[in-house]
Amino acid sequence: MRKRSLIPILYILFLMLPIYWLVSMSFKTTNEILAGFSLFPQTFTLDSYVAIFTDPTWYWGYINSIIYVTLNTVISIAVALPAAYAFSRYSFLGDKQLFFWLLTNRMAPAAVFALPFFQLYSSVGLFDTHIAVALAHCLFNIPLAVWILEGFMRGVPKELDETAYVDGYSFWRFFTTIFIPNIKAGVGVAAFFCFMFSWVEMLLAKTLTAVEAKPIAATMTRTASSAGYELGLLAAAGTLTIIPGAIVIYFVRNYIAKGFALGRV
Amino acid sequence: MKTENQKAWFFVLPVLLLVAFNALIPIMTVVNYSVQETFGNNVFFWQGLDWFEQILRSDRFQAALGRQFLFTFLILIIEVPLGIIIALSMPKKGFWVPVCLVLMALPMLIPWNVVGAMWNIFALPKVGMLGYFMNDVLGVNYDMTQDPLAAWITIIVMDVWHWTSLVVLLSYAGLVSIPDAYYQAAKIDGASPWKVFRYIQLPKMKTVLTIAILLRFMDSFNIYTEPFVLTGGGPGNSTTLLSIDLVKIALGQFDLGPAAAMSLIYFAITLLVSWLFYTLMTKDDAQ
Repeated sequence: MRKRSLIPILYILFLMLPIYWLVSMSFKTTNEILAGFSLFPQTFTLDSYVAIFTDPTWYWGYINSIIYVTLNTVISIAVALPAAYAFSRYSFLGDKQLFFWLLTNRMAPAAVFALPFFQLYSSVGLFDTHIAVALAHCLFNIPLAVWILEGFMRGVPKELDETAYVDGYSFWRFFTTIFIPNIKAGVGVAAFFCFMFSWVEMLLAKTLTAVEAKPIAATMTRTASSAGYELGLLAAAGTLTIIPGAIVIYFVRNYIAKGFALGRV
Repeated sequence: MKTENQKAWFFVLPVLLLVAFNALIPIMTVVNYSVQETFGNNVFFWQGLDWFEQILRSDRFQAALGRQFLFTFLILIIEVPLGIIIALSMPKKGFWVPVCLVLMALPMLIPWNVVGAMWNIFALPKVGMLGYFMNDVLGVNYDMTQDPLAAWITIIVMDVWHWTSLVVLLSYAGLVSIPDAYYQAAKIDGASPWKVFRYIQLPKMKTVLTIAILLRFMDSFNIYTEPFVLTGGGPGNSTTLLSIDLVKIALGQFDLGPAAAMSLIYFAITLLVSWLFYTLMTKDDAQ
């Protein structure tokens, strides 16, 4: 048993190495980074973080990203809930085809959509707004949310619905006060995945924004090219992008495994 | 048993409208471009299927497609068995389970361009940890900006680092759903660890593994940001995968017609292979 637990430990060590490297680099001066390899920061400095938190173009990158990711998560879950309910409870004309068509959108390469998305959102006047990125990310997040929620809803016995109707509940009252609280683990998992995929996706987010809603990634590339190789600053910015994800995953840690298992193909 | 109810369409309608807005209009734009030629000024000429023929015959497309298949093949053959092995050796319950899961999921939550940038610096000779370790400790000549093999190894290791946890989490979810009684029965029958894996654990993991393989196929086949930031497709064209080549043609050279035709071929291949995987892996269930 003890020998077996060596495998996950080694794997986690392998995962943590580059992350440790990034974090330790963010506390070094650029000179020290370029001078050569060192495992720990020799002259510990918070300069890179200070630079980020005092420069609006930097910290607005984070705020913009958080705004569109939150918008996207709310929209995706709000529309996916009734749809997932329909897929889990009723059979209707074209339900299987519709479900498969939704999933095919998960397969579309983002690179294919970059240019048409730019044209589409420019023509409806939404270019460079948070809502444009939030809507664009719905392309792959709504199918995923429907998929996960449907799995959780199938696990709720139909008797629950019937009892509620017998007791005189209207559909929406039953849905919002009884049904959704029953699958709140599922809603949490689905929200986690929407957050995750919207947070990490950068190609579309960059294509659809210029100044007002620019994500943190775009700020990072600009800095990398204009100010030469400011590695310390880049490392600090990178470290800060890990934190929101780490916070969110902490809240759903007990449900992640379950959320995966209940999905259906 | 599901009830037949056509009114359920009203529940699906918001999803349908939102996804259709994002999927159908852009894809029709692409189809539109793929059959026309433009010299700017929004003047278009009917081109028919010429672009498709030209793309399919071009050496450049075939080379990028070959690299893409090689990349995806290597990713699947490394990440899937590795993920299963790690999931099998994880504890079933206790304090360490959530800790392991959170740490393992961490790489998946880092924005993709940060992943690329991080590995780029990590692999720099002299400066980065990996570059330093390879060159100065092991004495191997390792520089991914010069050596195509080093660039390939770095990209593969980066993806293994980034995505193996997805396979681990899915397999683990399948494993913990197996009741203890199954293992007790196997013990009484004196089944070897391999037999337990082959006849109890593997069948129980089948659904989640299908999802894992499908997701890993789709995402590795469509990969763009990480290798683009890591190597920029180089040295030369050695790591120019399909998406990178596509963006080069569409946004770099602004050849909209060929880029659109290439997009559609690309999408069609992804759909076809996903469908093949899906049918092959779920074939036994139907019988």
